[in-house]
Amino acid sequence: MKGHTAILEGSRAVAEAVRACRPDVISVYPITPQTHILEDLARFVASGRLKSQFVRADSEFSAASIVYGASAAGARTYTASASQGLLLMTEVIYAMASTRLPVVLTAVNRTISAPITIQPDHQDTMSLRDTGALQIHVESLQEAYDAHVQSFRIAEDPEVQLPLFICMDGWVLSHSYEPVTVYPDEAVAEFAGRFKPVQMLDPKAPLTYGAYADQDVLMEYRYALMQAQEKAKGKIRAAAKEYREVFGNFDGDLVDPYFTDDAEVVLVAMGSMVSTIRSAVDELRAEGQKVGLLKVRSFRPFPKEEIQAVCGKVPVVAVLDKSLSVNSGGVLATEVKGALYGAPSSPVVVPFMAGLGGKEVNRKVIREIVDLARRAADGESPVPETVWMGLDHRFFDR
Amino acid sequence: MTMQTEVKELHAPGHRACPGCGCAMAVKTILREAGPNVIVVSPTGCLETFTSPFRGSSWEVPWIHSLFENAPAIATGVLAALKARGNPEGTRVVAIGGDGGTYDIGMGSLSGMFERKDDILYICYDNEAYMNTGIQGSSATPYGAGTTTTPVTGASFGKSVGKKDLVAIALAHDVPYVATASIAYPADLKKKVRKGMEVEGPAFIQMLTPCNVGWGYEPEETVELARKAIETGLFPIVEFEKGQLVSVKKIKPVPVEQYLKPQKRYQHLFKSDGFKGVLEAIRQRAEENIRKFGLA
Repeated sequence: MKGHTAILEGSRAVAEAVRACRPDVISVYPITPQTHILEDLARFVASGRLKSQFVRADSEFSAASIVYGASAAGARTYTASASQGLLLMTEVIYAMASTRLPVVLTAVNRTISAPITIQPDHQDTMSLRDTGALQIHVESLQEAYDAHVQSFRIAEDPEVQLPLFICMDGWVLSHSYEPVTVYPDEAVAEFAGRFKPVQMLDPKAPLTYGAYADQDVLMEYRYALMQAQEKAKGKIRAAAKEYREVFGNFDGDLVDPYFTDDAEVVLVAMGSMVSTIRSAVDELRAEGQKVGLLKVRSFRPFPKEEIQAVCGKVPVVAVLDKSLSVNSGGVLATEVKGALYGAPSSPVVVPFMAGLGGKEVNRKVIREIVDLARRAADGESPVPETVWMGLDHRFFDR
Repeated sequence: MTMQTEVKELHAPGHRACPGCGCAMAVKTILREAGPNVIVVSPTGCLETFTSPFRGSSWEVPWIHSLFENAPAIATGVLAALKARGNPEGTRVVAIGGDGGTYDIGMGSLSGMFERKDDILYICYDNEAYMNTGIQGSSATPYGAGTTTTPVTGASFGKSVGKKDLVAIALAHDVPYVATASIAYPADLKKKVRKGMEVEGPAFIQMLTPCNVGWGYEPEETVELARKAIETGLFPIVEFEKGQLVSVKKIKPVPVEQYLKPQKRYQHLFKSDGFKGVLEAIRQRAEENIRKFGLA
């Protein structure tokens, strides 16, 4: 389908997609670098371009709670946050997932205090890893737009019914400008469909939400979340496939492999860093180096089989992490290793901490990572627990 | 000729409240007035625990509980969803929360709901402490009352500071309907529930709901104590419309001892002369209320 291509700010691309998906209720609370999305939506509503209930909240805790209540009452719902705001929402998101409320949330990734900073990394959404919310990471502004158009039908699918985070790196994606192709409102609205809740708060058929439960059903609730996320895999794939058929764009489904078939080294990463790696891979390939990239698009549900299928065929895998589980390592690396344990064939996995707190990761750094990963795998140096890229050791000299 | 001998209670019997629970009595009364076309929101607390066991809900109206500190925001969300559909049935949103969820942890969320002027009736059942977790002090616990976190021991005479004035806080938000009510006067409570639902914008009703477990008295004395709280002047029954005091329940004041003495949480005030000053301060509080609202 022919769209309209314009130079858009990342936040604007998101707001355009959300507007066209026609959420019934939007709750907002400002936090940098997510705020531009909400400002755009506020203008859309105020000018009548978007007919949503637009609710200012007194905190992120309330912002999440407002869409929680609205979703339970049968509304299509949207909100956005970042960093500390996501942490403040955490208690609500756990309850939201277990109550099976399909809220769509843009998580504009920013690290966590202290020290206070507004730099991007994935520490915020990783802290909400175990809530039950789905987490899809995007690499570009076009993908941010595409993923939001796909998001509502995935979250609201009767077999899923889970909150869904579209994760996009703060600044790098939220505040940068790129050509983005936006599709006609009617076509997007048709693709997104309408929310048809399986059940809702309705005086004609009274239901009790948020009942007190004990050991007889608590574990069963958790198991149901596991099953719902497993079902979500098929829905994410289907949404990506149909989006390609309707609009022509494809950003990958659960993962997106790039030159992995014959690769000697595969780099695994998420978010905006993927674009940098992609161009580094092009460079290295031009020089005859067999390097590939595996973009993890869906972090929850976690694409275990897809990672096994790609990484099982290569000798060396380097995982680039923008989040840390202290004294364990990069969160993505830990999960990739977990996915590969017991797989028919498993590569040497070298974990890298790259881009934490907004530390620069450019093509030069990527080339360095490829070299280090090769040397570790060749036995030239022992495979380290985690390689901290760009760590300034002078910081520790006193 | 047939006679209706039984009404269908929207808050069904068989729930798990303690015998003599003031909150349970209040909720039954509230729902009789509110009727079936409501969605009720509750924070975590006694009410949530005793009404909602999985597969054993006592709610005959749609009811939602989410967390401890967010009932007002959940209510706002429910209202927004109704508004998004045009709310053709005119469904009303009523939130019912305890003092912990209202005065303390839910205060920010409640302030947000008031400030946005969301069309929600919020009713606080105030039993003056965290009863669900075992009688810990809240900002609604009155001066001189003993709880497990405002203990009575040695020179410690229970809570050393007074109760938060939530009526004043609601009025400061320009909430168009603000009232206090009591299970001792169900007709008055019902009238206020009706008004709170009919007013455009937020409404706030604070109810004193004695708790025999937390206050330490016999279960059959609940209503009597609720009445004594009013007759002493310690719990004034007042009603504000658009910030103006429009009605008060007139009383013939009785000594505060008649309300305090039957309760274990105040026993220490009568056992030692050392706490005479505390008792005097409570007496002054009652007199101040009587003067301020013209109760007598």
